[in-house]
Amino acid sequence: MKKNNAILLSTPYILWMLAFTLIPLGVVAYYAVTDPVTGAFTLDNLAQLRLYMPVLGRSVGYSIVSAIICLLLGYPVAYYIAHRGKVAQKMLYMLVMLPMCMSFLLRTLAWKGLLDDTGIINNFLGLLGLPTLRMVRTPGAVIMGMVYNYLPYMILPLYSTIVKIDRRLIEAAEDLGCTPVQVFQKVTLPLSMPGIFTGITMVFVPAVSTFYISQKLGSADTSLIGDVIERFFKGNNMNLGAALSLVLMVLVFVCTGIMNRFGDDEEGGVVV
Amino acid sequence: MSKELIRLRDLVMEFDGERILDSINLYINDHEFLTLLGPSGCGKTTTLRLIGGFLKATSGEVLFDGQEIGDVPPYKRQVNTVFQRYALFPHLDVFDNIAFGLRVAKVPKAEINERVHEMLGIVGLRGYENRRIDALSGGQQQRVAIARALVNRPKVLLLDEPLGALDLRLRKDMQNELKRIQQALGITFVYVTHDQEEALSMSDTVVVMDKGRIQQIGKPEDIYNEPKNAFVADFIGESNILDGVMLEDYKVRFFGRTFQCVDKGFERNEPVDVVIRPEDIDIVPASEGHLVGTVTAITFKGLNYDIIVEFRGFKWLIQSTDHCAVGSTIGIRLNPEDIHIMHKSEYSGMFGDYSSYSAEYDELTEDAGDEEE
Repeated sequence: MKKNNAILLSTPYILWMLAFTLIPLGVVAYYAVTDPVTGAFTLDNLAQLRLYMPVLGRSVGYSIVSAIICLLLGYPVAYYIAHRGKVAQKMLYMLVMLPMCMSFLLRTLAWKGLLDDTGIINNFLGLLGLPTLRMVRTPGAVIMGMVYNYLPYMILPLYSTIVKIDRRLIEAAEDLGCTPVQVFQKVTLPLSMPGIFTGITMVFVPAVSTFYISQKLGSADTSLIGDVIERFFKGNNMNLGAALSLVLMVLVFVCTGIMNRFGDDEEGGVVV
Repeated sequence: MSKELIRLRDLVMEFDGERILDSINLYINDHEFLTLLGPSGCGKTTTLRLIGGFLKATSGEVLFDGQEIGDVPPYKRQVNTVFQRYALFPHLDVFDNIAFGLRVAKVPKAEINERVHEMLGIVGLRGYENRRIDALSGGQQQRVAIARALVNRPKVLLLDEPLGALDLRLRKDMQNELKRIQQALGITFVYVTHDQEEALSMSDTVVVMDKGRIQQIGKPEDIYNEPKNAFVADFIGESNILDGVMLEDYKVRFFGRTFQCVDKGFERNEPVDVVIRPEDIDIVPASEGHLVGTVTAITFKGLNYDIIVEFRGFKWLIQSTDHCAVGSTIGIRLNPEDIHIMHKSEYSGMFGDYSSYSAEYDELTEDAGDEEE
């Protein structure tokens, strides 16, 4: 009886998944292996993809770099928040969440306004009589945009892992002779690993498939796999776009799989 | 006599203006098994944490081997702690948990191996080296926690309600085991518990605490036989506590009768608290009794009956192997050594009356709940 209820209650979601995820996935896979003109089965689309391997490599590279920067920036922040009082924790948590309340597009455009050749920073430098900088259309700007947009996704899982570390374990380590640095190395850091893996996945997955950030802050030299896919679909080459999407999806699955393996059975799970 | 190892001098601890500890003075000898005993919130855990270095006293001194260590952080102290609910490292297996302190101290690998295995033998966990912590029972985790602390050969082991989470049977076994380990290794144990039986059976010295103050320090026998005030008399074992007047040395008057006793040194006609342990009272036929009362309740407890007897409106608890019918009239006899006299204290009149027998008795024998954090 109970089991039946559960199935009944989850039916809407199952239908939803079927209609808007599984069937479209099938369509993507179908397009990936069919000829754009004849509609016959072909592996040409997949064979052509090697041309785009440098772009895919760049996407992965930028995403890894942003995930690492997010980790380095986010860990101290998460650690700091987790060790404040209850009220302060709530306040700081809100502050971390705050940028997420604004539109992703708006945030990225704002960065363009800051970094542009005639943007706010360069205008300011000009006022001071200093030479202007070329910031926008560089890899740095794209990575900067990724870090800015996805940093909260790193901080939040880290914070929720660190805040759950039993205070008495820290005391036990101190009791057994650990200096504060050793306590961190031997207890706090190993016990934050699940949060680190979740955080890296949460940054890496959206970063690797992003296209808007690179369009606004990057140049042709920094275009990412997401940009290429967008171009194909706009340019009516859905078959090639589908093939590329498929490869990207496999890549993301492999990455999250590896991260999940490392992240063990800890809570928080990874949302793809 | 072994030498003094730890001394607490005028320790005061305040949190948010509330006084948790009120001028604690105490010394602990080398090789001693000392127990801090008291109800929840009495300050015993706070005292332990001050010795461990996890708290800093508001005022007063903690001396270790004659050195003031109030500002020394925990990792530099020669003490190790067995924490309440163990605090074992969940990311390490049994071996790595026990080896933790030795690795931090950069002990050579071969020696670590040897010492961890020796410790596993002592706590009876050989063969469990590679078990995950969450695959162990409560009793086994307890043993790992003890091994993890003892393997560092500390001068002092601090134990914070270490058996609180175990069931009764396991607790008894571990009590014996802890005592055996303490004697075998010759380490000073400072033990915190709210279980008076545990305190009495394991300790060389018991420190009874309440409301942030030390109420009495002594050997278990002395604490039981010569409680200093109504709180101690009531907290340690069962006690009938009556108002009396000390007429002169060895003579006390209560219930309108004068009794011989073995206490002296009180003022003439000083009002006192009189303690009579329930198991010391002899039941006799009404005609031969010093006092005559009516049985109002009787409960079988296994070893004995708990009998509630009413004398002039005051209810006493008597423990006896003899059965007495409810409603019957009995007499009791009190020998001089069965009567213990205490000075009046702030606790006078608060304890030792069994008028609300069942409720109070159950409350007293139940665990006093979790210790304050």
